Order: sequence, then C-alpha cells, then structure tokens
Amino acid sequence: MSALDGLYQQIILEHAKARHGDGPLEGADGEHHEYNPTCGDEITLRVKLDDAHERIEAVAWQGDGCSISMASASVLTDLVAGRPVDEALGLAEEFRSMLRSKGAGEPDEDVLGDAIAFHGVSKYVMRIKCAMLSWVALEAAVGTAR
Amino acid sequence: MIHTDTESVGARAVRDIRRDFPALADPGDARPTAYLDSAATAQRPAVVLDAERDYLEHDVAAVHRGASAATGRSTTRFEEARADVARFVGAADEREVVWAQNATDALNMVALGIADASAGIGGARADRFALQPGDEIVLPEAEHHANLLPWQRVAQRTGARLVPVRVDEHGCWGIDDLAAVLTPRTRVVAFAEISNVTGLIVPVSDVVAVVRERAPQALVVLDACQSVPHRPVDLAGYGVDFAAFSGHKMLGPNGIGVLYGRAELLDVLPPARTGGSTITRVTFDSAEFLPAPQRFEAGTQAVSQAIGLAAAVRYLEDLGMDAVAAHEAAFAARVVEGVAAIPGVRIVGPQRGEPRGGLVSVAVDGVHAHDVGQFLDDAGLVVRVGHHCAQPLHRALGLTATTRASAHVYTTVEEADRFVTALGEVRGFFGLGTGAA
Repeated sequence: MSALDGLYQQIILEHAKARHGDGPLEGADGEHHEYNPTCGDEITLRVKLDDAHERIEAVAWQGDGCSISMASASVLTDLVAGRPVDEALGLAEEFRSMLRSKGAGEPDEDVLGDAIAFHGVSKYVMRIKCAMLSWVALEAAVGTAR
Repeated sequence: MIHTDTESVGARAVRDIRRDFPALADPGDARPTAYLDSAATAQRPAVVLDAERDYLEHDVAAVHRGASAATGRSTTRFEEARADVARFVGAADEREVVWAQNATDALNMVALGIADASAGIGGARADRFALQPGDEIVLPEAEHHANLLPWQRVAQRTGARLVPVRVDEHGCWGIDDLAAVLTPRTRVVAFAEISNVTGLIVPVSDVVAVVRERAPQALVVLDACQSVPHRPVDLAGYGVDFAAFSGHKMLGPNGIGVLYGRAELLDVLPPARTGGSTITRVTFDSAEFLPAPQRFEAGTQAVSQAIGLAAAVRYLEDLGMDAVAAHEAAFAARVVEGVAAIPGVRIVGPQRGEPRGGLVSVAVDGVHAHDVGQFLDDAGLVVRVGHHCAQPLHRALGLTATTRASAHVYTTVEEADRFVTALGEVRGFFGLGTGAA
C-alpha cells in the first residue's frame, strides 16, 4: 500500500461520498459550528438527546470540506447515534489519541470500528485537524445540549 | 515557440540557471521534488546568500548613525542597495524607495499614514491624504487580504466606504468595471498588477489614466508583489502614487520589502511607525520628521537583507526581465493548455490564449483543494492549496479553495508537465469519473 493509499483508505473515500448524517436535524437539543480557518473546512453538527440527557438519540451535520473531514463526520454519525453520551465522548477522546499517535501502535477496531481507517491520518500533521473537525463539533454540541 | 522560451530565460538555459540555486541542486532522485510555489515564496540564488554573508563578515556597523569609517562603509552599502532596487523598478529617485518588512508592511504604512492624516496627524501638509466620512476606497474583490484589510482599517477609522470592483465568472475585472465605480468621492484606488490567484495582468498605465480622469483626487496604490519579481516594471512611468513588493518573492531574503511612493507624497505622508533615525528635531512633547525615506525607517533596519535584495535585483537584471516574463508566460500557457484538456478541472482566471502571469490556479470538480494538494504532494509537487489569502475572490467564484502552481526563473517544462499529468489523475484516484461532474 502506498503512503497515499494509507491516508485515503477505501473506506474513507466511500464515506466521503456517502456522507452519513448529512442534513438538518429536527428538534435538536444542541449544535455547534466548527471552522478551520487554514483550509476553510466547516461543519455544523447537531445532536438530539433523550429526556434524561444520557443518550444521543440522533446526530446530523451540514458541512463543506475535504474528503478526510467529511468522511470523518460520516463515520462519527454511524458510531455515536444511539450511544450513551459518556461513551460517545470517550470515543472522541480515543479517536483523538489515535490521531496523535504519529502512526504508532494499532488502533482497537472493537472500540473504534470504521474510525480505525483514520489511523493513517496521524502521519500527516496538516490533516489531523480535518479528521478532528466533526468530533470537536460533537463535544461542543453535546456541551450545549446538557 | 513555447518550448524554447520555457527551457531558457533569454540566453541562459533553465538547466544552467538551476545550478545557481543551492536548494535546487539535483539530489539524484529518480523523481526530485518540483517546487511550484514561487508565488508564495521563491528560492534564492547563491549570489544572494553570498552578498548577505559578505556584508555580515566584513561590514557590519550601524547605518546612518555615528561618525566612524565602519559606519560609513555600512551606510554606503545600504544606500547602494536602495539605488539598485530603485533602478530596477523605475523609481524617479532612490529616495522613493522605502524599506519595509514586506509588501504587507508597506501597504499598511500607506493605509495607516492615510488614517493618521485623517485624524489631523501630519498637519496641513498631510491634508491631501485626509479622508472624510462618505469618501470612497475602491478595490477589486480579487485583492489579496494584504491589500484589503489595511483599507478596512482606514474605513473604520475615517468613515470612508469600501467600494468593490466586481469580478466576472473567472475572477477577472477590466478597466470598464473599475471606471463604472469611480466617482469624485473616490480617494484611493488600490489593486494588484498581477493577481496572486487568477494571474490576471492589469494594464497599470491605462488604469492610472482612467483614475486621473474620473477621480482626480484619488491616490493610486499598486500591489506589485506578483509583478516586480516576474516582469519589467516602471513605477514612475506607470504614474502610480504608491506601490509595494516583497523581497522573498523576487529571489531575495525574507524580512525585506519595499514601499515605493512619489517623493512629493512620501515627504508628507505621516509615518505609521515612529522612533529613532526618523527625525530632525525632537522636544519632549513633539517631533519633526526627515524627508523620505528616512522618516519611515524607524529603528535599526534589515541591512543585510537589503543588501541581499540588491543582489537578487542584479541577478534578475542580468537575466533580463523581458526574458523572465517570456519564460513564465510560456510556463503558464503550457499549463493552461494541458489543464484545458482534463475533464472536470476548471481554470480560474484568464482562459486559453489570454495573457496571464506565471501562475495557474485550478478547481477540481468534486475534490477539495486540500485533497488535491495531498495527492500532488505525494507526486513530489510543491504547490499551494487554499484560499491564497483571497477569500472574497473565492466566495465570488463559488469556491472555498483552489490549487495553484507558480513559476520562477528556475521552473522547467518537465515540472509544468508533471503538474498537468498529476492533475489528470486526481479525480480518478478519488473515485470520480474522467468526465466532468
């Protein structure tokens, strides 16, 4: 696998096109707009929580950006919808750690699922922010909802 | 023929020119890195590095201060550098060349001087710069942020209004578009001779003529960042009031640039920065300033960088600026020609057959510019991706970012072709058809 194929794994390219969760969200409890001024990527991510504010009932986003940032938002949607809030935030932290690994170690597929495809991004310092964009927005959106 | 011009600069082969640049020494790789980002910052020939080192090893001493012979030598070299740069850009007098950090700094010096004059600083002599609420500052929406944000600041301070010259679907504007928005209230017209995104070449003398006719009170401020390094420029001949350019884009050092101004204006423009070496007479609560250029050069200057810049200027003069311009026009034409044949890739700026500077920006349908940049980086191409400090222009074009390849004297035909070839592979890599999206 070439270096470039390691960054743009097939699953990332597919998610960048499929864009799971792309759209508005009726009755959202929290939302956050995140912007990366160096490349112009932006995302508005919305969450709807259950009555006890313990579970993410639904997540959706609207954004514009590179394939890494859009695929990351798509994978995020698959991973956190229906999850307990604390688990989703833990996942965000796990994802961040993987991106800061500079390519070291092996990510845990049982925990991160499709998100392990972003392990290759950790070797490209300029692209880590792209992958983190939606996750940072998730953390902030949950914060505004709770 | 394109091939001849692309592979040589006047009498010298590009292959030979590249030996003058330590950073471009052939590493023996099968596929060496192609540096196609000279519009952002250029590589430096050994003569520039040598000139700085020579000064630093032999002649360092304070300039324009003290009475020693060493100070005299240092001052002489510093002022000779100014004369070289003045000659290079066609200034009527070397006093019209003011050292700045870079073009951004130079444009701020003009804008802040106008803001100060508007607040009464500089007295009656600076009245001609003073703006009133409702006065107009005209500039194309294509401008680099360096030639936009300082004017936003002037507008905020004075109540003057920013008036855009609109661009067409390619990001270009013409004299008629400018003429349509000029009024007797227009007090500043600012624009780039060559756009850093579109490569559009503006006929400066014609613009000046229209401004003088329709807005006789307006100052004409030229961003010459992408022109001075790449083609013959005659600032006095153009008739502009002020101009700005950066050393590091013209094969010179970082940290040195130039504010050009007509002497009669520079002598009365309030200096945006004040301090040592700028004055004639200082009392505890007042100061009188020297004529240009010293009134603007507060504090210890970037002396070795100025001397390095003069070496860059002499290097470019030896090549001949007409030859440099022809070489880069050929690069741009070759890239435009190649890109035009790629489905799904759009050229921003002048289209096939139209003149343009030595840079080409493109948008790839369905692929974000940062993904394009990553793909090109993997192919060993150093290009610029992003908004190139021109967000309003990109917004007008419906784009967030573009990918730009730019040339200088050392750029080869092979590098132009590698850029085109790699661009042709981008959409396929990202799973898009070879047809237009």
